Amino acid sequence: MSDAALIRVEHVSRYYGALCALRDVSFEVRRGEVLGFLGPNGAGKSTTMQIISGNLAPTRGRVWINGIDILDEPKRAKTHIGFLPEQPPLYRELTVDEYLRYCARLHRIPRARENSALDIARQRCGLTGVGSRLIGNLSKGYRQRVGIAQAIVHMPAVVILDEPTAGLDPIQIHEMRALIRELAAEHSVILSTHILPEVQAICDQVQIIHRGELVLKDSIEGLTRRMQGASLRVGLRYPPALSALEAIAGVHGVEVLEDGAFRLYCTGPEMADTVVRHAAEQGWGLYELSPERLSLEQIFMELTRSEPVAA
Amino acid sequence: MLIFTIAARELKSLFLSPLAWTILAVVQIIIAYMFLIQLDTFVQLQPQLAAREGAPGLTDIVVAPLFGNVAIVLLLVAPMLTMRLISEERRAQSLTLLFSAPLSMTEIILGKYLGVLAFFFIMLALIALMPLTLLLGGGTLDAGKFGAGLMGLALMIASFAALGLFMSALTSYPGVAAVSTFGVLLLLWIIDWAGDKGTEASGLFAYLSLVRHYESMLKGVFNSADVVYYLLFIVTFLVLAIRRLDADRLQH
Repeated sequence: MSDAALIRVEHVSRYYGALCALRDVSFEVRRGEVLGFLGPNGAGKSTTMQIISGNLAPTRGRVWINGIDILDEPKRAKTHIGFLPEQPPLYRELTVDEYLRYCARLHRIPRARENSALDIARQRCGLTGVGSRLIGNLSKGYRQRVGIAQAIVHMPAVVILDEPTAGLDPIQIHEMRALIRELAAEHSVILSTHILPEVQAICDQVQIIHRGELVLKDSIEGLTRRMQGASLRVGLRYPPALSALEAIAGVHGVEVLEDGAFRLYCTGPEMADTVVRHAAEQGWGLYELSPERLSLEQIFMELTRSEPVAA
Repeated sequence: MLIFTIAARELKSLFLSPLAWTILAVVQIIIAYMFLIQLDTFVQLQPQLAAREGAPGLTDIVVAPLFGNVAIVLLLVAPMLTMRLISEERRAQSLTLLFSAPLSMTEIILGKYLGVLAFFFIMLALIALMPLTLLLGGGTLDAGKFGAGLMGLALMIASFAALGLFMSALTSYPGVAAVSTFGVLLLLWIIDWAGDKGTEASGLFAYLSLVRHYESMLKGVFNSADVVYYLLFIVTFLVLAIRRLDADRLQH
């Protein structure tokens, strides 16, 4: 059971009238994984989250939560979900404790365990001192925490967070990330964001969604590999002819930079060896060699800039 | 029971808003004034009544007209209490909390309905206390007529609440919900004006009228057809509200 998929999304599409918000999206999330959902505004992140959480019915496709079909048995499936929508669903006129108690009851936590569940949720979300304050009087950051506490109070297998760090200050963002990492120990977490470093900081899996389609599905390691070794920056005191550089096996492109520097486009970081050997053998006077990293931003831009296939 | 959890929160939130307290106070003042006027009428008529055999008593002269007026006052205030039930939550996007919890739409609607109904019954209890004070002064009430009238009032306000809940489920603007609820209630109130012509259609209009069924109860006539009318009314609009809420997931 431990590595079974907790969330399975198969061929989900969603249309708003003629507008296609989501086109044939499929993916899985396993226990203990943090999946980052990246995409520009309006890409379909929130739609996906609403569908997984059962707030929105897909036009086509199926969603299983912990092996339970959310369309066939919504009540059973929803017991395994904690959902923080983009706008935390709070009642401003209640205090934090009253609100969390209400959430705990909605999720059928037995009365005997209610207090301990509340304690844990409060503690994890840093709400220990504000239990008796009105939600309406809390700052945005604290409201966001209450929103998260609401999503985890019943210890669901799956936690879905839609832009959990939106509107928080840098310290709060840092705390929020630590909290999400902590949650991943016991829950599967899906979070959406348009902040790229956030994904690198907290996710195991990354999916980039653009105009309703998944354009990239990779693990963080895969993504890191993708980012590394795409090119080498080489500085040579006695540069040979361009053709000599292009002739090195594994190099599939050379760009001339200023001051005798070149950018070699090649397949992997291990190419550095080959380049050093060539430089030493032929006396090119190598003084600089650095692997260049594609930033996540660059990958993101590359993937999302391309025009989608005409529908 | 989760229905009661939702109902309790609904009731609590009502009492946390100044609107509910204001409405309770205003209604109480207006109805107290009406009650005093009816009482005054009774006191003036009393010498004549005492001389007659089988004259109408306190219940006929004070309670029945009072309850008739109460229904009109409730017609005015009910939309203001029901308008926020769902539309406000939809607007603040807190409805997601209920949609994400392991609840059926039926539980959500019934919870909300019972919550607001509890408020209306509290209001009704306060109103019923006024004629009951007559007993303290040595007056006598016809328990049957009083009970039938109170029951009619309860069924009437339960119908108002069901319609208001449905209207609130239709929109995300509380104001729109209030106006539409008021409009439909008023139309159903006056629909039997077309029912005096004696034609076949007029019979239907008379049956649809909210008032017709209430009037017979005020006279102390307990007719199961009237009760069925109100129950059908309530069930219809609750089912429609459930259907409407369900359609939220399929929106656009």
